[in-house]
Amino acid sequence: MDEQMLKILEYSIYGASVLLILVGLYAVLTKKSLIKIVIGLSIIDGGIHLLLIAIGYLKGGTAPIFSPGFEEATAKMVDPVPQALVLTAIVIGFGVTAVALSLVIRLYRHHRTLQIDEIKSLKW
Amino acid sequence: MRKFIVLLILAVLGYFMFDIFSGLHLGEPHFVNGVKDFYLSKTVSDLHVANTITSIVVNFRGFDTLGEVTVLFLAVSAMGSVLYKKRHEAGTRTVLFASSNIVRSGSKLLFPAIMLLGAYVFIHGHLSPGGGFQGGTIIATGFLLMLLAYRDFKVSHHILSYVESFAGIIFVVVGLFGFMGGGTFLQNFMPAGELNELFSGGVIGIIYVMVGFKVAAELTGLIYTILHEKD
Repeated sequence: MDEQMLKILEYSIYGASVLLILVGLYAVLTKKSLIKIVIGLSIIDGGIHLLLIAIGYLKGGTAPIFSPGFEEATAKMVDPVPQALVLTAIVIGFGVTAVALSLVIRLYRHHRTLQIDEIKSLKW
Repeated sequence: MRKFIVLLILAVLGYFMFDIFSGLHLGEPHFVNGVKDFYLSKTVSDLHVANTITSIVVNFRGFDTLGEVTVLFLAVSAMGSVLYKKRHEAGTRTVLFASSNIVRSGSKLLFPAIMLLGAYVFIHGHLSPGGGFQGGTIIATGFLLMLLAYRDFKVSHHILSYVESFAGIIFVVVGLFGFMGGGTFLQNFMPAGELNELFSGGVIGIIYVMVGFKVAAELTGLIYTILHEKD
């Protein structure tokens, strides 16, 4: 892979992950629907995962798996630590989404609406 | 006005974040004295495991994974308790679409294949990409397909909770066995075996299969709870 390609890849990957985080934050901050806020949280998750994986990437690297034929490729392997962290983060993000959605269902049951500005008891 | 302020804040945040991260230079090693080389060498020499990520998740950071599984369990039980409703409060179900004949026959055909794929993924977690969490999720998607295709498809909550608790107990017991011979919690007490064979890596295989069962049971229970949520 030549330098030009790597530069384009660098800008697009970091740009995409930052953009995902910002899009998620925008949804959380401005949207009125509770479902959209939960979707925004999930999008922030995705951006952070992409960012962590990109930090561990190595130029021309292979997956950190010692399959037959790759036993000697230790120097070329990408960093496995961010990948393990992202595996943990995906599971935790799933749990957060599940709990948030169940709270949304509960709120809908009580107030009969999903719009936060229509839930009167939240205002003070 | 509000949207304008939010966009302004996000623009400033995005500028600084992109500034920091684009200075990192993709593809170059960032951590000169990091733990990467330690993990990569120890995985092959001590544990005889092919997949480094599995060895980190289950062996080097095994206690962390126990916590992670506990968090997943907590999320599922929180969901169950938040959505709990007394029997006489339950109304009628609102979602009632009968699925077509093609979906029914197709999902019946696909269900065993999905189960097999999930089991393959979590049994071979230390040899190839995959592992307990991924395999468990695949199995749960199989149950989701059946629940969507057959409206009267029943999953026993009792069996699910038994499978889940059994898998969790096995995880902890395997961890406690690490104390044998003066080791620490979750230490590898079984022979390491040969690299790239199914029986390699000692306890890693057992723990990941148990994590697979636990995740599959938890996710299936979660899908079942939210799908049969009565409005």
